[in-house]
Amino acid sequence: MSVHLVILPILIPLIGGLLMLLPPFAGPAKYQYRRVAAFALFIAQITTSIALMQMVMQNGGMLYAVGDWQPPFGIILYADQLSAMLVMLGSFLGLGVTLYSFAGSDREGKYFHPLIQFQLLGIYGAFLTNDLFNLFVFFEVLLIASYTLLMHGEGKQKTAANMHYVILNLIGSSLFLFALGTLYGITGTLNIPDMALKIAQLSPSNQLIAQAGGSMLLVVFGLKAAMLPMHYWLPSTYAAASAPVAALFAIMTKVGVYCIFRVYTVVFGDEAGELANMIVPWVWPMAIITIILGTIGALASTNLRTLIGNLVVVSVGTLLITFALRTPEATAAGLLYLLHSTLITGALFLIADMLGQQRGKALDYFVIARKIKQQALLGILFIIGAMTIAGLPPFSGFLGKLIILQSAATATQQIWVWSIILLSSLMTIIALSRAGTTLFWRYSQSNNSNQQPSVSKWQISGAVLLLAASPLLSLFGGSVVEYTDNAATQLHDVPYLIDVMQLEERGQ
Amino acid sequence: METLYVICVGVLTSCGVYLCLRGRTFSVVVGLTMLSYAVNLFLFSSGRLNLKDAAILGMSESYADPLPQALTLTAIVIGFAMIAFVVILSMRARADLGNDFVDGSEPADSNKFIKPNRDKA
Repeated sequence: MSVHLVILPILIPLIGGLLMLLPPFAGPAKYQYRRVAAFALFIAQITTSIALMQMVMQNGGMLYAVGDWQPPFGIILYADQLSAMLVMLGSFLGLGVTLYSFAGSDREGKYFHPLIQFQLLGIYGAFLTNDLFNLFVFFEVLLIASYTLLMHGEGKQKTAANMHYVILNLIGSSLFLFALGTLYGITGTLNIPDMALKIAQLSPSNQLIAQAGGSMLLVVFGLKAAMLPMHYWLPSTYAAASAPVAALFAIMTKVGVYCIFRVYTVVFGDEAGELANMIVPWVWPMAIITIILGTIGALASTNLRTLIGNLVVVSVGTLLITFALRTPEATAAGLLYLLHSTLITGALFLIADMLGQQRGKALDYFVIARKIKQQALLGILFIIGAMTIAGLPPFSGFLGKLIILQSAATATQQIWVWSIILLSSLMTIIALSRAGTTLFWRYSQSNNSNQQPSVSKWQISGAVLLLAASPLLSLFGGSVVEYTDNAATQLHDVPYLIDVMQLEERGQ
Repeated sequence: METLYVICVGVLTSCGVYLCLRGRTFSVVVGLTMLSYAVNLFLFSSGRLNLKDAAILGMSESYADPLPQALTLTAIVIGFAMIAFVVILSMRARADLGNDFVDGSEPADSNKFIKPNRDKA
């Protein structure tokens, strides 16, 4: 049983999601059944991912050869500390989002819960697979689920945003296949560690082609991660999506970032000979400008959701900086920041939605409107989220940013990283204080009778679940940092990965 | 044969890219279709072009690489589903937004580029 643990996070949402399309779960009247099933599925996923984390902590990286086709020929699933942690993150975010949707937004479409499951299936698959073409397939699974989820709730704005999102991602998928074809044509393999072995032994002319393929892959992952200059779609798309969907999408950009970490550490990492770290000179300026543009976007936003969308862009830029530093310490800092920023941006999207519900037609736009009904409750939630994302102590954002700042080693790196991250934090504080002041304190005196319903218990519980991660990450900071350190060391240890796959024995 | 193949892929790709840059959803959808055709051909060629040999081990001295064929099949199926989705989505966008522009609204200066027929009527 424990051998099959690696594939369980993929099987549970796959089978669960399919079952939810059948009786007794199908049909508009049976939404209660679907809610129970969705909740049970998430409990199962969280349990599995915790078991998986414990397993990889004890045994090191775990290999699962689907159909018992051995590497490098078969499709290999591979769980190490990094992927197990991200699967855990995905299931936790999914639970928060689903709890929030129980308040009623899941009833706006018949297939909300199955689609969430399929979305997570793609996300878990992308984290667990160790084969580039399989990665493409899981990308498509998560994308087609996200296309339909983005339409959840309907509306003109959603259709317009979805049009851009779908077309961009279809072009991205074509580029992905071009890149895969190029890399396969040169190396003759799609297995990530096997490709790492082959890429170091290429002739100079083939290296050029491999470089072209590798650079195309960066464009694809950059589009998913919303890296400059492919970030324009993100704020408008996330602002248009319904709240639970936007919160779930908080992890989608992180899938792109994870792929950049995985592919460019293993395949084009330190061991790749001439092509070692070939994209790092590109990622440096792009990461910095991504942060700058995200920050400017946050300052210029006219509503809270666009602001949070821009903060997602800032967090992607910060993660890319930790990638560009190219040390296990920086990667570990990035992983901690990834955990925190995913959960907090997710929670902030939920809070923005609750605020919007109580402000009538003004929604979450920064205009003077009626007074928010539950000011104290929502205000506390908002200020915790805002302080965390801006990186103020005592919450996890402070810890995450502090470790990133520490991980910059040389003087030049320190100048860039410190100035950019600290300045963008300051601007984020300004943008969020401005937002909070307008939303909570500037209301029209005349119309104080607020007829809007109170936020439901489900909404509170979903948002609080995600927000609670922040103090928890600080409280257990020691063990979390230790875990991310190990995960980063494992990620950077390419010979170990090749050893786990037993590629050298098989190659001879 | 390689030259012909390369020209096919190149022409399809450049047509696809050009059409994807157009402003109306119809041409963009056609462009995406062409891109996916181009990418299928390209993937197929990544195992080297081979006229004589089948993808069977042991039946002849040399054999074709079977993996690109499997990859292409997968890519065709996925590409087909995605194109079907984008067709439905653009019809929906036409109905919801009242026009078929990718941005959801007619650009203010579109008269410079497109001669409107409705003025004649």
